[in-house]
Formats: sequence, C-alpha cells, structure tokens
Amino acid sequence: MINNSPYFRQPASVRSVMLRVLVALLPGLAAYVWFFGAAVLIQIALCSVAALAGEWAMLAIRKKPAWLFLSDGSALVTAWLIALTFPPIAPWWLGVAATLFAIVIVKHLYGGLGQNPFNPAMAAYCLMIVAYPQLMSQWPAAGFTDISAQFTAIFGSLVGAERHIDAIVMATPLDAMRTQLHTADARTTVAGIFGAHATFGNIGGRGWEWIAFGYLIGGLWLIRQRIITWHIPTAFLATLAIIAGIASFANPAIHAGPLFQVFTGGAMLCAFFIATDPVSSTSTPRGKLIFAAGIAILAWIIRTFGAYPDGIAFATLLMNILAPLIDLWTQPPVFGHKKSTPGKS
Amino acid sequence: MSLYTDIIRNSLWKQNPILSQVLGLCPALAVTTSFTNAFSLGLATVLVMAMSNFAVSSLRAFIPYEIRIPVFILIIAALTTVVDLAFNAWLHDLYLVLGIFIPLIVTNCIVLARVEAFAAKNAVAASTLDGAMMGLGLTAVISVLGAARELIGQGTLFSGIDMLIPGAHELQILPADYPGFLVSMLPPGAFILLGLMIAASNWLNHRASQRIPTEKTVATPAT
Repeated sequence: MINNSPYFRQPASVRSVMLRVLVALLPGLAAYVWFFGAAVLIQIALCSVAALAGEWAMLAIRKKPAWLFLSDGSALVTAWLIALTFPPIAPWWLGVAATLFAIVIVKHLYGGLGQNPFNPAMAAYCLMIVAYPQLMSQWPAAGFTDISAQFTAIFGSLVGAERHIDAIVMATPLDAMRTQLHTADARTTVAGIFGAHATFGNIGGRGWEWIAFGYLIGGLWLIRQRIITWHIPTAFLATLAIIAGIASFANPAIHAGPLFQVFTGGAMLCAFFIATDPVSSTSTPRGKLIFAAGIAILAWIIRTFGAYPDGIAFATLLMNILAPLIDLWTQPPVFGHKKSTPGKS
Repeated sequence: MSLYTDIIRNSLWKQNPILSQVLGLCPALAVTTSFTNAFSLGLATVLVMAMSNFAVSSLRAFIPYEIRIPVFILIIAALTTVVDLAFNAWLHDLYLVLGIFIPLIVTNCIVLARVEAFAAKNAVAASTLDGAMMGLGLTAVISVLGAARELIGQGTLFSGIDMLIPGAHELQILPADYPGFLVSMLPPGAFILLGLMIAASNWLNHRASQRIPTEKTVATPAT
C-alpha cells in the first residue's frame, strides 16, 4: 500500500475558520456578560440578524448563491465584532445601522467576501464614532448588570440626554485617563487616577482586564488551531507595550504603563481578532509584523493625543490602506532567485 | 439641430461633469451640505461657464494658440468676479454662506475644461449652450447630492431656501426627533454619497448598453 509522506493538509474552509473565530470570542464574551450584564448579548443578536439580512439582500441583488455565503459565518464575525466594540447600552438602531453599513457598503460594494480593503467592523465603528460621538461613549459601569435598565437604554426611543442612563454610565478607563490627564490640572497623575477612580481595577480597568484576558485565551487558542499566525498579535502587543513602557518610563505621571495599555479598551480584541482579519491585513510574515506594529503605534498616538475614546479602529483603517503596499514590498524572493525590488524588475 | 440636442444630452448625462468626467469635485464636495448651498453654487457656475464659453468662442480667432491658457484663465477670472459681485449685491446672505467658493469657481477644472475642449474650437451659439448645459449638468448632480446629504444629515430639505427665495420655508421631511447623522454633513459623507451616485450612474449606463443589442436581435427577424 502506497501511503507515504508528504501529506497535504486540506485547507480549512471559510466556514470552519469563522466558526472557530466565534468560539474563540466566547471566553471574552463570558467575562463581558459577567461584568457588564447581558446587554451585549442583545446587541450580538441584533447585529447578527442585521448582518445576515444585509448579506442576504446583497447576495440576492448580486445574484450570488445565498446559502453558500450566508452559512460561511463571515457576516456573523463582523456582527459580533461590532457588538463587542460598541457600547452594550447603545440604542438598538446604532448597532443595526452600523452592521448594515459594514456588510452592504464596506463589504459587498467592494466585491464581497475576500475583496474588501477595509475591515468592515472597524469601518462601521469609525462611521458611528464620527456620527454619534456621544452615544458611542456611553459605557455602563462595571458591575451594573440590571437587565431591565439596560433593556430600556437599548430599546427606549429617546436620544441624547433624555435617555435617563446617567445612573448607569461611567467613563471607561481610557476616557478617564485622557480627560483627566490632558485637560485637567497638571497635578493629576496616573497613580492618582488609579487610586481614586472606581473604574480602575488592578491592571486595565475593573472588568475590562478580565474581558481582555478572555480575548487573550481565545486568541492563543486560535493560534494553536493555526487559524491565525503569531506575527500580528505579538507584533501588535509588543509594540504597544514598548511604546507605552518608554513613555511611562520617561514620564510616569502622565503616561499609563504598558500593562494598562495592553489590557484596556480594544487592544486585546484588536491583537487577535481585528488586525488578524485575513482579508484586510497583510499576508507576508514580515508584512504582518510591520502592519501590526503600525496599528499599535497609531493606536497609542490616537489614544494619548487624540479626541476619540479609543484609537484602535482608526489605526486599523489607516493600516488597511497601507496593507497592499506593505505586502508588495515584503514579498519573499522566490526560492533560488535573487531578491528583486518591485517596480525595478 | 442634432448638434444642439447632442450637446444637451452629453452635458446632462453622457459626459456629466461630475458623474462621468469627475471634474470640479472641490465645490461638489465642499458646498453640498444642503440643497440651497449646492444649487446656488451650481447656478453661479452655470453663469460663469455660459459667459466664459461665449466670450472665448467669440474671441477664439484673436487668442494666440501658445498663450491661450493664461488668456482663458484671465477671461474666466474676470467673469467670475462679475458673478461674485452680483451675488454680493443681490444675494448677500447666500454670498456670506458660500464665501470663498464663488471666487474659487475660477479654479474649477470643469470651467477651463469646457473652454479649452469646446469653446476654443466651436461656434458661439453652440459654445454658449455647451457652457450652460455643462453647468446645469453639474448643478443637477450637486443639487441631488446636497439634498441627499441634508436629508440624511439633519432630516430636512431646502434649509436656508429663504436666502434664495424670500418667504420660502425649509421642509422637515423626517420626524423632528430624528437624531441626525453627522457624517453625512462632513467630508466623508460627501465622498461616500458621491461614490454611490457615480456607481448608480455607471450601473444605469451598463444596463442600458446591455439592453440595446438584445432589442436589435429581437427586432431583426420581424423585418
């Protein structure tokens, strides 16, 4: 019987990849529900329905096989990422509109699965943070898990100040850092904020650090499953930690340390689930390192000096633009050939 | 006669300044935050384009070929100044809103493009019609863009229309508690909506170009 090596691995189907990405999100999601209540599950349900409806409509218009693409789960991953990055108590239409924008405009108008130059979930996040900065920065306080109040916040038709959610809203750790360090009087220090502010836990904010830890577990499992490679998460987290470390070493009073930066906001989610999007990121190993380091640098700059709550989304989109160029310049030479420079042939 | 209908059809659809030539995007993106702004600037552009095409076409025998571009620009600049002063005198509120974008019509590529591509080579009547129609084609597109941005952005139509027609009122189309959509009023909204409009016009053209041959093949056996 001839049964010798080499064996060829069957490449994983899109469906199995996407399903495992969803499974990998579960630890982080569990921590999210534990600390912030079940509102995020409502958002996930809403965004999933919107994503599938948008996907189905676009497939019908484009005359593509509906079930094949609907069942591949890529729309669901986009929906989950939107639900996880948006405030869980945002009004229902915010996530739904963002998901439809992500699926219809960012994904399908650019050619559908595998063709979109931008990460759909992050493009939707940027759209909404520019359009509704107030709604996008109303985050619930950790430990506030009263589902009926959250339900009212999501499905109440009122907007703005009349939403009666002041009681449950609290500044996120990143917000607190930025507003208090850069606009308040110079005597406020990082250590002071950590000591005085109820939002802050031990590392990255109460609740937030555990969600990030959940994403870390899921992400490591994804690497073990060979869904993603180590390059992007490592380069992203290392770069972010190094910059934060240098800044915090140079002036510990106004710059939070590397552990805080890595374990707060969307950093961990970005490292394993957003920057690793196989479509909109780079594909060469060296390209992945450059791409992820670029996101980390931009994200730290936007977080520290920018006006928006978190820099992850803008940083990801900016590096998405550069991804094709990075790929072009980091093509490994074909085996046996000298390294050629693109454009010179 | 068919020359004139050709000019009209070309200007309004086939070679529409915005949708097909993608020229003159600076005002198209910057001023289209409301229907009134877009329409008024479009009107000013129509005036400048018709007058400059008329002037250049009348003078085309006297303009030395080598220095024609500076001469064209001087003519366009003079006529733009006339329109600028006219807006300042008779539509002063609107003039304050449109501000720098009226003088900037000088630098609008579509004006120079029509002068160079059409008026410098064609008779006076045809050139004037071309300028006016190209301007109207631009006005139509940026008016739709302005109306769409206004409607999505703040739920109204014709806001500020009283600057153009005294006594007219804006219309509240969407419910008064519509939260607004700020992106639509910002430059990204203009880019996204204009992209969608160009895509839609390409799709219509594509559909039309596919339909013609099938109609012919159906028609042939019958005759």
